[in-house]
Amino acid sequence: MGQPGSAPQSAAWASTTGRRPRFAGVWRPLLAGAPLLLVWWLVYRNLAPFAAWVTYQVLSLKPGGLARSVEFFVFETPKVLLLLVLVVFGVGVIRSFFTPERTRQILAGKRESVGNVMAAGLGVVTPFCSCSAVPLFLGFVTSGVPLGVTFSFLISAPMVNEVALVLLFGLFGWKVAALYAGTGLMIAIVAGWTIGRLHMEGQVEPWVYSGPVAGHTQPGVRMEWAERLRYGRDAVREIVGKVWPFVLVGIAVGAGIHGYVPEGFMASIMGKAAWWSVPLAVLIGIPMYSNAAGIIPVVQALLGKGAALGTVLAFMMSVIGLSLPETIILRKVLKPALIATFVGVVGFGILIVGYLFNLLL
Amino acid sequence: MMKIKVYGPGCARCKQTEEVVRRALAETGVQAEVEKVSDIQALAAAGILMTPAVAVNEVIKVAGRIPKLDEVRAWVSAR
Repeated sequence: MGQPGSAPQSAAWASTTGRRPRFAGVWRPLLAGAPLLLVWWLVYRNLAPFAAWVTYQVLSLKPGGLARSVEFFVFETPKVLLLLVLVVFGVGVIRSFFTPERTRQILAGKRESVGNVMAAGLGVVTPFCSCSAVPLFLGFVTSGVPLGVTFSFLISAPMVNEVALVLLFGLFGWKVAALYAGTGLMIAIVAGWTIGRLHMEGQVEPWVYSGPVAGHTQPGVRMEWAERLRYGRDAVREIVGKVWPFVLVGIAVGAGIHGYVPEGFMASIMGKAAWWSVPLAVLIGIPMYSNAAGIIPVVQALLGKGAALGTVLAFMMSVIGLSLPETIILRKVLKPALIATFVGVVGFGILIVGYLFNLLL
Repeated sequence: MMKIKVYGPGCARCKQTEEVVRRALAETGVQAEVEKVSDIQALAAAGILMTPAVAVNEVIKVAGRIPKLDEVRAWVSAR
């Protein structure tokens, strides 16, 4: 391999020779994309009147529980799906710039504090799937990325992801989305830093450090724009293709709550006054494994019925950020004490976020 | 002979990857030795950060996704 052009199809490595100018190939798809974007925008803008029209004219429902549920569903489903397609595509293109190899290279040998901040940030843009958490962990740690910095990455990557942010933005507005992203990054930075301070290298399975130093993958590669756009399209196909049933079910349940659960019903259970609601939300959330797409619409509906924002945020973060399957996978490389510390530190961070927002808002 | 390694700790996506590779070989008629690598240490040593991954003659061709049939066909017949 390595001979230029020998594998024109391969997406990531070993493709281009660098003869063409930097932005070659970007203009044509961009021009083709402009009308699509316009159509997207027009549809998006008209969803609310459309939902009202379907509910009250086409189905001629009387105002009431059923009508509220139907209108919610008809409005939110296409809205969230439209946002998802656009953002996942955009993030897909951005991610074609950040391979895990590159991220590792950036983080290797970084000092802790700076490294923690960078790792949390890179966690957002680097492609990540909890199924490859272990090889990633090994690759990072054995090539000189400090343990705490690696954890910052492993915490932020699943928690602050584009699907969660789209749903938060679509259903709660940009303020809540920004709060979630900001506090999620904060938790990743502080928790990773804390784990680093605790010097728990001894709690990593010994073979990790005694094994061969991680090999280095391919030399830096330049992708052409057409390829990056294809990368974005594949991301849409894969992520939206996987997530849409959860969105549908989540919004359907949310719609039911929206229409039928009385106002203020959740106030006694998940309201501000119930101090125990935050820890309870975290405890219930940790073993739950649902992706953001399924949980956020439900949680949004609960918020409308008197649940407190901090409690709701804490619940979401613990469901999305800490998952049982991931900890089980990590058991291959971490001893139980370190796993417990990881879950404990992150859970504690989420708890503080929950209380903080209940206090402030 | 061409050596193809499919890296993956045994997830569903890794199995699909192996199937794609075998199908590409069958369709192109290229003779190659396919090895499934699931040992995590071996994965790290090869520099794999995302699974599934495929290497042809020790060169990583794809990581973090299931390759398309056309891609694999191009890799195995490009020589």
